[in-house]
Amino acid sequence: MLPAPLVRIRAIAVKELRQMSRDRMTLAMIVGIPLLQMLIFGYGINYDVRHVRAGVVDLARTQESRSLVAEIASSQVVEFVARPAGIDELRRLIQTGEVHAGLYIPPDFERRRIDGTRSVAQLIVDGTRPGVDTAVRAIQEAPLPGRSGLPARATPTIELLNEFNPERRTAVQVVPGLIGVILSMTMVIFTAIALVRERERGNLELLITTPVRSAELMVGKLLPFVGVGLVQTTLVLLLGVLLFDVPINGSLLDLYIGAGLFIAATLALGLVISTVATTQFQAMQLGFFTLLPSLLLSGFAFPFEGMPRTVQYLAQALPLTHFIEILRGVILRGASLAALWQPVLKLSIFLVLAVALAATRFRKRLD
Amino acid sequence: MSDAEIAIEAHGLTRRFGQVVAVNGAELSIPRGRIYGFLGPNGSGKSTTIRMLCGLLKPSSGSIRVLGLDIPRQSEALRRQIGYMTQRFSLWEDLSARENLEFLADIYTLGPERAAQRIATVMEQYRLSEFQLRPAGTLSGGQKQRLALAAATLHEPALLMLDEPTSAVDPQSRRDFWESLFALTAHGTTILVSTHYMDEAERCHGLAILDLGRIVANGSPQQLMAGLPLKVVEIETADPAAARAALHGLETLRSLAQLGLRLHALFAPTERDPVERVRSLLAARGLGASVRVAAPSLEDVFVGVTMEKH
Repeated sequence: MLPAPLVRIRAIAVKELRQMSRDRMTLAMIVGIPLLQMLIFGYGINYDVRHVRAGVVDLARTQESRSLVAEIASSQVVEFVARPAGIDELRRLIQTGEVHAGLYIPPDFERRRIDGTRSVAQLIVDGTRPGVDTAVRAIQEAPLPGRSGLPARATPTIELLNEFNPERRTAVQVVPGLIGVILSMTMVIFTAIALVRERERGNLELLITTPVRSAELMVGKLLPFVGVGLVQTTLVLLLGVLLFDVPINGSLLDLYIGAGLFIAATLALGLVISTVATTQFQAMQLGFFTLLPSLLLSGFAFPFEGMPRTVQYLAQALPLTHFIEILRGVILRGASLAALWQPVLKLSIFLVLAVALAATRFRKRLD
Repeated sequence: MSDAEIAIEAHGLTRRFGQVVAVNGAELSIPRGRIYGFLGPNGSGKSTTIRMLCGLLKPSSGSIRVLGLDIPRQSEALRRQIGYMTQRFSLWEDLSARENLEFLADIYTLGPERAAQRIATVMEQYRLSEFQLRPAGTLSGGQKQRLALAAATLHEPALLMLDEPTSAVDPQSRRDFWESLFALTAHGTTILVSTHYMDEAERCHGLAILDLGRIVANGSPQQLMAGLPLKVVEIETADPAAARAALHGLETLRSLAQLGLRLHALFAPTERDPVERVRSLLAARGLGASVRVAAPSLEDVFVGVTMEKH
């Protein structure tokens, strides 16, 4: 016979386990959160940056210049995916985010090679992305083909040029992305909770007996959050400029249009969550569950280039990935929305799919 | 009867949830301007029926006409003409009483003038003025209920659907609430109310008793009580437990309920003289008791019509 306090403690513990086993969402999270974390941190996040998308402009076109390009490519730090005709086109590709680094070999490559006091080529790096600058730094010392027998060089083989963030300040990389992260956190969870709360408290049952239509209800509920999101965007932007000296190189209008698109996408995601979750707590859990991969895989904090291919594809499914691309493009690299059509298109596709999913599920719930 | 006289009409109304038949072939004909009650235990199909009549749930089969509208096809048109109130307080607890009413006035697009006038009227009618600025969540059960009724009648609906509206309030508030309902019918409103309280059911003009998804009896409370085929006997005794034991196993005894020192017995009509039968059974055990025929109550009707299937 157990002493009375132990009997009671056991009774409470057993009751707790029973309730837990009946709450399928909590049960899923108990397994799901560590699983997701392990997979993301174990496989997804990696500081060994490889295969940075790069472009190469070779104006020398000699055997040696070609073997330098081959030498650098064989290191696998960069992967030459584009061959722009000149330096301007290379810069434009970096600006729109199609490549993140570029190798420029000047016409006088041969002279520089023999001379040995000047760098033979330039490596231009997109300084707005975390991890890229550090990774490509190793290439600077690439061995120069055909120089055996000549005196050692005084300067690094290749000159590194950090575009958009020459001081290599972390704040410049982080602040624009923070707009996306903060919007993801607040928009998804707040909207999901606002909608679930209404159902949990029985308000929805009353509302559906009134002449209000479900589309009106949805739009009316989401509209204030669009305002909230734009206020948050402005706040982070102001703080970034005032406190961290982040330059705004692109058009503010483009920035706000992009933000509006992303806010709509996250609201739609919140709406989808609200149709799945039955309690506010579940909405919180699910919101957190979607936030985690966004934070870690969107390229906000960790370079994509350190992720395996499969994880990079997964990152493509996250709206934050594309919004961060837009944010860095517009704010730091001064790109226009039209030039950033790729992430804009991908974000739009996400929005359409999420709205379609939310609308079908939302209607079901009302019957 | 025409749509001018009939508020709600339903034929063969059935709703299934998977294997469960929540409402089974309900026939309803509810006149305008009356209070019509659904009496039944939990799970008898009251709420499901009301939800189908409002157009919130699609019936699996059967036809519905409410206020001359074909439901669920014309549910949207019906929504302007009905007020709906659930057992659970479903207004916004973090909004004040007044803000809740203002919100609903907009949802029903009453327009600024009519909204102001209607809000003033219901505030007065349901004595809400003193706490109109308090968050609705902080109100007492009775106050919440008055606010909910004010909200449900704000747009002056022709039909009020009340799903167990009094389960969370004290007896005095329940009395007040029913006074308000009669005042509304005096102005021509039709009220459909579900309840599991006998005293409330007795106040209705007409009544349907539901059990396991079927309407097992309907009519006015007086008709139902007068038409009860069972015989009611009341036994007053010093030892009810012994009396119960003495009557146990009696074939014609349909139900036996204790009320303090009294026993309330229902006998099948085949029992010629239940009073004499009880007296002799008790006397055989040496139990003293006063036994007499009693008038059937609505509860007796309820027990009588629901017992067969249990």
